[in-house]
Amino acid sequence: MPVARLLAADTANLPQHIAFGLLAVMMSFSALRVVTARNVVHCALYLVMVLAGVAGIYILLAAEFLAAVQVLVYIGAIVVLFLFGIMLTRAPIGRSRGLDNDQRGLAAMVALAVAGLLTALLLDGFGDDRIDLAGPQRSGDVGLEIFQSYVIPFEVVSVLLLAALVGAVVLARRD
Amino acid sequence: MYLNEFLLLSAVLFSCGVYGVLARRNGVLVLMSIELILNAVNINLVAFGAFHGQVDGQVFALFTVAIAAAEVGVGLAIVLLIYRNTRSIDLDQVAQMKG
Repeated sequence: MPVARLLAADTANLPQHIAFGLLAVMMSFSALRVVTARNVVHCALYLVMVLAGVAGIYILLAAEFLAAVQVLVYIGAIVVLFLFGIMLTRAPIGRSRGLDNDQRGLAAMVALAVAGLLTALLLDGFGDDRIDLAGPQRSGDVGLEIFQSYVIPFEVVSVLLLAALVGAVVLARRD
Repeated sequence: MYLNEFLLLSAVLFSCGVYGVLARRNGVLVLMSIELILNAVNINLVAFGAFHGQVDGQVFALFTVAIAAAEVGVGLAIVLLIYRNTRSIDLDQVAQMKG
């Protein structure tokens, strides 16, 4: 039974498993609340919980630079952008009905089908593959990789950010 | 740690995001659900990178973060424009291009 094997924590790295379990429960609950809560601001705050959990998952995977970027960019910038969006569009701040459309049942069915299909595929495909973080993945290695192998994509991303900046200004400008 | 723990967690996040995109009618909430999906993808990238012992996964996740930031900026500008033109951000009302 692959699920039972998956859930049986091996004693070698029990603290990691406990941390992962806590993070997973928190993230699953918060993600569910992001898409079901009746208050727009609560949705944004639950999104913060999910994003912080993702940063914790990165730390469990020894990707500490990415965890820092996650906190800085997502929690620091993107969530603030969302809160600005909520306030600028004068969304109803309190509880409000009408945040969902009338195809919730269908949407839930599709989401459950996706979840079931992915679970079956993943359990079948990666049944008991283990991650062994033998050597640390140092931030310096990430930097070297970006500026050696991926330097052209990196520059393209800079141009994309500039284009997005100009595009957002042009769209939001009053004229 | 099993690789599947991370992949299954990311599948849960992805499904929540899919539900949000399909069921929400508020433009800002749809963008939030897209963020859930992008974060699920990032967890997968980093988990597979750690599985193979390479840093390429992290590099791709960084690119995804940058692109997500650009996407949210432009997306919120579009939602703001919809609000300015129709006085609501109900995406069901945006049906001008419906044939």
